[in-house]
Amino acid sequence: MVVGKKINRVDAVTKADGTAKYTEDLLDDKCLVAKVLHSTIANGKVLSFDLEEAKKVPGVVKIITSFDVPDIQYPTAGHPWSTEKAHQDVCDRKLLNTRVRFYGDEIAAVIADDEIAADHARDLIKVEYEEYPAIFDMEESVNNPGDVPIHEEKPNNVIVKSNYEVLDYDEAVKEPGLIKVTGVYETQKVQQCHIENASSFAYKEAGKVVVVSATQIPHIVRRVCSQALGCDMGKVRIIKPYLGGGFGNRQDALTEPLNAFLTLQVGGRPVKLMYTREETFFGTRSRHAMKFYITSYVRPNGTFAAREIVAYSDNGAYGSHAHALVANAVNAFRMMYPVGAIKGVAYTVYTNNPTAGAMRAYGIPQIGFALEAHVDDIIAKLPNDDAISFRKKNMMQLGYVDPGTTITCHSTGLSECIDKGREAIGWDEKIEKYKNQTGDVRHGVGMGIFCYKTGVYPIALETSACRMILNQDGSIQLQVGATEIGQGADTVFSQMAAETLSIPFENVHILSQQDTDVTPYDTGAYGSRQTYVTGMAVRKTAESLKNKICDYAAWMLNKDRIDLDLVDNHIVRVGTNDVLISLKEVAMEACYSRTNSNHIAAEETHHCSDNTYSFGVCFADIEVDIPLCQIKVNRIINVHDSGTIINPQTAEGQVHGGMSMGLGYGLLEKMLFDPKTGRMLNSNLLDYKLMTAIDTPDLEVAFVEPKDPSGPYGNKSLGEPPVIPVAPALRNAVYNATGVAIDSIPLNPEKLFQEFTDAGLIK
Amino acid sequence: MAKQLITVTINNKLTELYVDPRESLADMLRNDLKLTSVKHGCDVGECGACTVVIDGENFDSCIYLAIWADGKSITTVEGLASLEGELADIQQAFVDDGAIQCGFCTPGFIMSTLPLLNVEEDLSREEIKKQVSGNFCRCTGYTNIINAIEHTREKIKNDRDSDK
Repeated sequence: MVVGKKINRVDAVTKADGTAKYTEDLLDDKCLVAKVLHSTIANGKVLSFDLEEAKKVPGVVKIITSFDVPDIQYPTAGHPWSTEKAHQDVCDRKLLNTRVRFYGDEIAAVIADDEIAADHARDLIKVEYEEYPAIFDMEESVNNPGDVPIHEEKPNNVIVKSNYEVLDYDEAVKEPGLIKVTGVYETQKVQQCHIENASSFAYKEAGKVVVVSATQIPHIVRRVCSQALGCDMGKVRIIKPYLGGGFGNRQDALTEPLNAFLTLQVGGRPVKLMYTREETFFGTRSRHAMKFYITSYVRPNGTFAAREIVAYSDNGAYGSHAHALVANAVNAFRMMYPVGAIKGVAYTVYTNNPTAGAMRAYGIPQIGFALEAHVDDIIAKLPNDDAISFRKKNMMQLGYVDPGTTITCHSTGLSECIDKGREAIGWDEKIEKYKNQTGDVRHGVGMGIFCYKTGVYPIALETSACRMILNQDGSIQLQVGATEIGQGADTVFSQMAAETLSIPFENVHILSQQDTDVTPYDTGAYGSRQTYVTGMAVRKTAESLKNKICDYAAWMLNKDRIDLDLVDNHIVRVGTNDVLISLKEVAMEACYSRTNSNHIAAEETHHCSDNTYSFGVCFADIEVDIPLCQIKVNRIINVHDSGTIINPQTAEGQVHGGMSMGLGYGLLEKMLFDPKTGRMLNSNLLDYKLMTAIDTPDLEVAFVEPKDPSGPYGNKSLGEPPVIPVAPALRNAVYNATGVAIDSIPLNPEKLFQEFTDAGLIK
Repeated sequence: MAKQLITVTINNKLTELYVDPRESLADMLRNDLKLTSVKHGCDVGECGACTVVIDGENFDSCIYLAIWADGKSITTVEGLASLEGELADIQQAFVDDGAIQCGFCTPGFIMSTLPLLNVEEDLSREEIKKQVSGNFCRCTGYTNIINAIEHTREKIKNDRDSDK
């Protein structure tokens, strides 16, 4: 068995010895340098540029402004393209924008011989603007859109408003004896903060534009570039090398379309467009800030009778992924506790903030915080329920079919996850021990649960292709369009191929590079989809290759195909398992045979038409220093049901990383903006508080592994979910410790001071 | 701007080269010597991805001028494995402990651990964490990185004890 085994990553050695080449490491010495000029107003339009001084800087090759780019509005979201117009992504930006919509909008670009010249020239460009009042608050953007809409196509600044209702909410709330609980919950804007900044370089070769880029979605970026440039897709080639983290930010076309355009302005000479850390903060994407108004009606026996949510999502200046995130959030509001009547309304709103996009778990950390905080607020009002009994009574059960999406619960180990975490953290004893505390330092425990889909079906297309080629030595080349972005995809695909083919893991060769001119089609790394969707493509292709190998062996051995199988790297006779010939001997003959040369290869597409839920829980045990407004996390454990675990080491790594991101989300991270201008104030890694080693407690991880019948190897989503339950577990632990229910994050000292002061704990 | 000649030992090799006095050590290592394990993550000494060891001490090479390296000895991650390619203990521990994901922070992180590995006195996990808190990793949550450092320190201690 290779699936389920702890195996070191296929790319670990090349990353440890420094030979792994990332985008910037592949640069041509003669590459020109492009620098983008960002707007210094948040809302308005460029009237004119004065380039005179900038052009005089030695080394400047060309300056392109927003008046020079094609009049084409294109989409950037990393979604599979919909051939139906109604479901297509928002096309609302140009390569450079004359109509400026946030502080930092891309309005011009300098191409120069070197970085110093490019920077200097950019600083000398003078811009004349016409300025409009800027709107930074999402509710204000809906309620008072102003005279000049942020995008003329959406006069009320609402990109999409959607709603749903399950059962009859108004009827359900009439039930006598219900307890009403309301709450308003807010989550902040944070950034993905992959350590490799947004970066690409582009050149022209053989009549087409080539973009080398740190992207999660090479095939989608090819399509976006072709839309932005107004050329055919075949004229664009995207190469994705090793990549320094993505977390959803690179599930978007970032620097690539402009970079592709810029190289074409200088005859196809190589041009690099590497964003600085500051530009990556404000000029790429971020997690949507959201605000939720939740009302629940609960029976005294601890079950939901009815529940309502109104959700706002701050999309910032451009559409990007737009409504997909808050729609995901309000859907999860329904799925998490599918009991009683439920209704939801969701708004995705343009503001003059930097654009939000995809980030790990796609809207669910937001609703996960809000709903799990709300659930603890409800439990506080119930006479006979506790955090675990209430959740177990109301949470999703096996066989659930979601009325909005038809996504079915094919397997669930959530109850076992809760039991395991409860035991590990010593929940029952601690709940007892932490009762009736006084004093400055108090302890608390808290929990949060989640459910998460696997991939994007049926909201969008799910498709993936895989190719396998048999080498002469019996090893294989495994090629997928799915991307390794640090999560361990290449390793688990190799395990899957070895498992199904029944060959040694070392005999599977995979390149951590996608090239749209070579690689089979796959939409890329997002939605925790790849082990599920691409995994099935790998399995199908391995089965197909195995079949072809056995066909050839049957010819070689003059046997009936049906009597042969490939087991442990050898052709064996079915039934007796007698070894007939090694795979290597078959592979050598297949290649070099003078009578029947056959280069054995297989390629299959998996058009996925299913989905399934993964589940999990976080338990946190913390201490709160009330006068110092500090939280210390003493223990934290995530327990996950992601079905069969393909590789315990990479799986644990995903959970660690998600928990760390969840700790940052819950405790520290927040993008800050000047309320007057909209300029980002902390666009650097000193002032933006990312978790360091000293901030991070030892992270504990456990799994329960019900085999999911719909997954290729019993597996379901894992990459994104670990981030979801951490922030609510921390918030609920603070509530347990202090009796103060805080309805927004991060729980940083500034917020704790305000909340503890309001509650009278600090006088 | 006129370039200046510096003499510097890089990964045990004495090297002479002309550098722009405005150039960072990170750019010199990447551009002039193609030691691309030295990564740009912030260019202002915040993230640690460009960490190299200079005369036994770890530095952010992005905020260290190339000309300051004159007469000094510099090690990058390319200098750790043996001539035959066998990984150093700390590199192997990063591989075996699952301390590597996207790998972008890995070379700098490994370089930051080097001054810790041979410290003979016991170091608590908290002390180790503090020592490497100048290096950001967004993928791993640090737990396996700290494990790898502890395992390497144990191995080095055992080797030291068996030599006695």
